[in-house]
Amino acid sequence: MNYTAVRNNVPVPIESIPILEYETFLEQNIILAGKPDNHCVNYYGHRAGNKIRLICCMASDMEMMIYVSSSLINSSKPLPSFTRHRHSFEKFEREIAENFGISYIDHPWLKPVRYAFDRHDRKQEISGYPFFRFHGDETHEVGVGPIHAGIIEPGHFRFMCNGEQILHLEIQLGYQHRGIERLFIEKDNLLSRTVLAESIAGDTVAGHTAAFVNLWEGLCGYQSDEGSKLTRTLGLELERVAVHTGDMSALCTDIAWQLGSSVYGRLRTPVINFFQSWCGNRLAKGLIRAGKNNYPLTGELKEELLKIFEEFLPAFHQVNKEASRLPSVLSRFERTGILTGHQAADIGAVGMTARMCGIRRDIRLSHPHDLYPVLGHQPVLKHHGDVYSRFQIRREEIKQSIGYIKKIMENIPEVNHDGRNWKSEPMAGQFSVSLVEGWRGEICHCAITGENGRLVHYKIKDPSFHNWLALALAVRNNEISDFPVCNKSFNLSHCGHDL
Amino acid sequence: MINSLKILFRQGRQYIPDIKNAAVPGIFRGRPVISSISADEKEIAACCPTGAIATHPLSIDMGKCSFCGECARIFPGKITFTRDYKIASNRRDRLVIKEGIDEAVRLDPEEIRMEISRSFRGSLKLRQVSAGGDNSNELELNACGNVNFDMGRFGIEFVASPRHADGIVITGPISENMEEPLQICYDAIPDPKIIILAGVDAISGGIFTGSPAIKRDFLDKYKIDLYIPGNPVHPLTFINGVLELVTLRKFKTFGVLR
Repeated sequence: MNYTAVRNNVPVPIESIPILEYETFLEQNIILAGKPDNHCVNYYGHRAGNKIRLICCMASDMEMMIYVSSSLINSSKPLPSFTRHRHSFEKFEREIAENFGISYIDHPWLKPVRYAFDRHDRKQEISGYPFFRFHGDETHEVGVGPIHAGIIEPGHFRFMCNGEQILHLEIQLGYQHRGIERLFIEKDNLLSRTVLAESIAGDTVAGHTAAFVNLWEGLCGYQSDEGSKLTRTLGLELERVAVHTGDMSALCTDIAWQLGSSVYGRLRTPVINFFQSWCGNRLAKGLIRAGKNNYPLTGELKEELLKIFEEFLPAFHQVNKEASRLPSVLSRFERTGILTGHQAADIGAVGMTARMCGIRRDIRLSHPHDLYPVLGHQPVLKHHGDVYSRFQIRREEIKQSIGYIKKIMENIPEVNHDGRNWKSEPMAGQFSVSLVEGWRGEICHCAITGENGRLVHYKIKDPSFHNWLALALAVRNNEISDFPVCNKSFNLSHCGHDL
Repeated sequence: MINSLKILFRQGRQYIPDIKNAAVPGIFRGRPVISSISADEKEIAACCPTGAIATHPLSIDMGKCSFCGECARIFPGKITFTRDYKIASNRRDRLVIKEGIDEAVRLDPEEIRMEISRSFRGSLKLRQVSAGGDNSNELELNACGNVNFDMGRFGIEFVASPRHADGIVITGPISENMEEPLQICYDAIPDPKIIILAGVDAISGGIFTGSPAIKRDFLDKYKIDLYIPGNPVHPLTFINGVLELVTLRKFKTFGVLR
């Protein structure tokens, strides 16, 4: 085995990452991916002269290590694919093929991922996506989107149905592509990049911003203070509580249980309003900054939040009890949209989607950052893989997160850097990986710096990148009318995927 | 049944009774105010991540501002963000807050098309299109209809089909890949119809300005009826802005002023 073991947010010199022959590179990462405790957190390419350097980051769920190796290839030469051995590489290789024009000789599904502006073949346009076609006397197709019936992001869903039954769903994304990774390079100051990180996915502001600032501080060789760590951890957990509660509301909406929808919906309001009290924005934009803590938690804010929870929890328990009792709720949730543990492992699912079918995968446990080492996190696991499991895991994670928030607020640190000692000067020639468990799951940011510490490459991976395929698998053999509730139960990001 | 009633009873009153005068909690960053004390204008302009601050005279363009609040943090005496959330206007130039001005942002009644006042005063159905939106504005637009803000009481609602809609609400900087679907959606809305831009990304491109992946030609073709700043827009900003758009301009039918 020839790789560099990297820790979360600890940069290593880019030269230290071994460059392997493609065959060795393939073989090694397939062996690593074969261990159930490992999964690929990022696999991407970037231009190095007239060649492409592929970088593969395999993270262990047990050892707090990320195994990084690379290979230099010519884009003109067709390659054997990783995907033939492990399906979890499917999306990564499609992205590499789309961006650099690499052809894989044995990739089963080599279709465009997001029609990025800098794709290899500009002639391929989003309106010409090559959908899977099938024919039969009793089958039909249903096309939905890119614009959907609600206030949600765009994406196209093509259902292949036999009557009411979905045989296969193909999901086409890319409509939200804004060229974020390129903008990270072009923006020349830290604040612009931070505001950009906040806009990767506006429902995961704390998640993506924490990933960026942790990465950036690491690259600058800066140790963040206790106050900042509290702000980030609290922001992440509070975001989880808020979005999960909102999702539970949306799930109730989709099964027409008005009471549950209204109650969960209104329970979210004080939580996001607390973000506003704290940092001036309901979705935590502005809260997390590198090298400083703009909004240190105060005793007053702590009391305000505790009061919110005091009111939140009894109402939450009461409506939960009703939800788990009502036959009209259970009959729609139970055994609907099942993703098996085997499927989840096969496609490399992350976050809640992995945990609700028994896979113990959680960055808070495996690569803890900020205050997570002290919290000793143990992930909530469910095993049935259906909509109800996804409903339940949210319910349990909300309770767990509230517990964590109360715990970390017990001691409010007095050390809060206001940014005076901080210099945003990344070290030259470094490579770094940042992993954060956002409410959806694992967020991964990778950066490479060049001479003078200038940022030369930035790569973002939202958990949705892995998990969209989980939705497609889960709806197979379900009624098409159950699609909305299945879709909401995963609540994946379009913009996080499209970047 | 009994359980449902118990749950209902516990919730108490959730809606905001007076949507026009409700106070937002905490330290909301709404309409900025630039004081007249002397400061280095260039330095202030340089700190803005989205180029929203111009000099001579010093001004902040809320259509470009990401409301990160960094300028107010570095120059506390010079710039402050007030809790005034009524910052929508139908004139782009009214989003620019100049030095020394501390006045409410309003719509210009003269600029409101008569057909808006005539047709949409009591009922306005909107179709939302996220064109590269980051899902933050989308979340807040959804919140407009929840039990707290309850926009439906004013007859303003989001609908599923453009064929049912009186107008379009665009969020996001308009990605190139969404250009065509946006146009198709707009064309499907029957006349008369309005266009609302919600959030900094939609109004100016925001932090995505200059990205080669966005294409904003659609906006050059039509008159924009309402600009709603924010990152994301606050539900109170949205509701008050839209209400003002449909009710501000008085008009006469059969000799009666309405």
